[in-house]
Amino acid sequence: MSHSFTEIDIKPLGDSALIVQLGEGITPSIHQKVRALSTILEAQPFKGFIESVPAFHNITVYYDPVAVQQNQSKYGERTDRLLTSFEAVCQEINKLLEQVDERKEAEARLIEIPVLYGGEYGPDLEAVAAFHHVSAEEVIQIHTQNECLVYMIGFAPGFPFMGGMDERIATPRRENPRLAIAPGSVGIAGKQTGVYPLETPGGWQIIGRTPLELFRPDSFPPTLLQAGDRVRFVSMSSEEYKAYKERKR
Amino acid sequence: MTIRVLNGGLLTTVQDLGRYGAQKYGVIASGAMDAYSLRVANLLVGNQENEGALEITLWGTSLSFERECMIAITGGDLLAVLDGEKAPTWRPLLVRKGSVLQFKSPVKGCRAYVAIAGGIAVPEVMGSKSTYLRAGIGGFRGRALQKNDVLMCGKSNQSNLSLWNALSKSDEDVPWAVNYEALVSLKQEQLIRVIRGTDFDRFDTKSQTAFFSQPYHVTTHADRMGYRMEGTALSLAAPDELLSEGVTKGTVQVPPSGQPIILMADRQTTGGYPKIGQIISADLSTMAQLQPKAKVHFQEISLEAAERELLRKEQVIHEIKMGIRFKELYS
Repeated sequence: MSHSFTEIDIKPLGDSALIVQLGEGITPSIHQKVRALSTILEAQPFKGFIESVPAFHNITVYYDPVAVQQNQSKYGERTDRLLTSFEAVCQEINKLLEQVDERKEAEARLIEIPVLYGGEYGPDLEAVAAFHHVSAEEVIQIHTQNECLVYMIGFAPGFPFMGGMDERIATPRRENPRLAIAPGSVGIAGKQTGVYPLETPGGWQIIGRTPLELFRPDSFPPTLLQAGDRVRFVSMSSEEYKAYKERKR
Repeated sequence: MTIRVLNGGLLTTVQDLGRYGAQKYGVIASGAMDAYSLRVANLLVGNQENEGALEITLWGTSLSFERECMIAITGGDLLAVLDGEKAPTWRPLLVRKGSVLQFKSPVKGCRAYVAIAGGIAVPEVMGSKSTYLRAGIGGFRGRALQKNDVLMCGKSNQSNLSLWNALSKSDEDVPWAVNYEALVSLKQEQLIRVIRGTDFDRFDTKSQTAFFSQPYHVTTHADRMGYRMEGTALSLAAPDELLSEGVTKGTVQVPPSGQPIILMADRQTTGGYPKIGQIISADLSTMAQLQPKAKVHFQEISLEAAERELLRKEQVIHEIKMGIRFKELYS
């Protein structure tokens, strides 16, 4: 067992879920631990495990306390008393943590997201450029330069919380949020960049749009992006955008 | 054709016990707000307890049966009227071809469930029949029911058929019904039991005390996504920005306004507001039956006691199952 896992903290999120805290803050090394535990949980689910949701520095584990209890009364070790379901799940998670080898880097996929920047689909590109006293072309150049890391998915199906955007184009949210942002819109909010999978209201600065579908309810996994993916944005022309949309039809 | 919708009412959707396994992709759990009532409705007609059924909200829903069906109505008392007469609830019921079932107005509670023998024949999306309104998937065409929608019921299994058979022999007068009060309460002033939330210690002492001693009211902003509550404002001991992380049904989170929000079936998968409490699973059905203006007292209990309560209610469900099995075999 890698000793860096010894300082984990498990807190109950009610009687049917718990949060395994694996550090503090947003760093690639904590993310590595989150991925490692997430992978082993999926590979070796304990009896009563429902699912898990990885986040920046912790994982929420959902379980069925009734199934956990029934399993315990059947197979539980003979002790003075039965464990509570929470205690039994903590035990299972600690067992898994002992097997985790976080030095083994989980494989990360690299996903390219083509974006048509500016114009009708990127109404805030000029404003972002003006905010930083650079040209629109420079904003695009900076936005397509760095690889981003998907730390977690949340808020909407397939919505990535990403880190790694070049801070030279970090821009505060719009003062007046839009009531509807089209699916595929690529935006900036503070130091974050992201893509909207569904039409939602929002205050992000919209700099472009991708023709890719981020939410695909008929496939599994149902989303283009998953926690742990690396993402690179690529600039596309309006002809390429149109051609892509035509092909999809 | 089986059921024609004459009026979709305020909000009528197909729900089962929820969609699990894809929350890590941001796909919400959905599912029945009052899970105990949905489970019992299904059991009463011989379905698997997680089968899809109709969730009816407050009033207005009207359904016409285009062939004979066995159904069960559970959940809140929304004054269900079948062909002009008050419909019996919490027991199986044979409805004739051409019958009309209407939900007139909420007498007690907020949501009723109608299960149909054989279940509702809609495709499963990611393993569930629950409707996910915002994404437009699951349930009946990913949306709430509207006038003239036609629902088909699924194929009957052996349990459906033997209960149906037993019911037709008994002259339509079923001398039994489930005593639901051990599972869900429909009163509009409630003691709701809560475990301390993961961020409880971040709140100032005054807020910690107020949350467990002052009453809170359900506001009109109370829907399948969450219940906004109104009462003594709660605040953190020191301002803090939290990172988004997993939340669950019954999570009580506090946005900067200080007024708590209780996350319900259609909650987002993650949230970043501090969590002061977590409603125990055993009390979630009761919470889901509260209407706007209802008064709630949050009472602190231990995690151990919460687990015991859940197991106790599971035993009640088990007894209901055994009782129905007995009717099936010996009627």
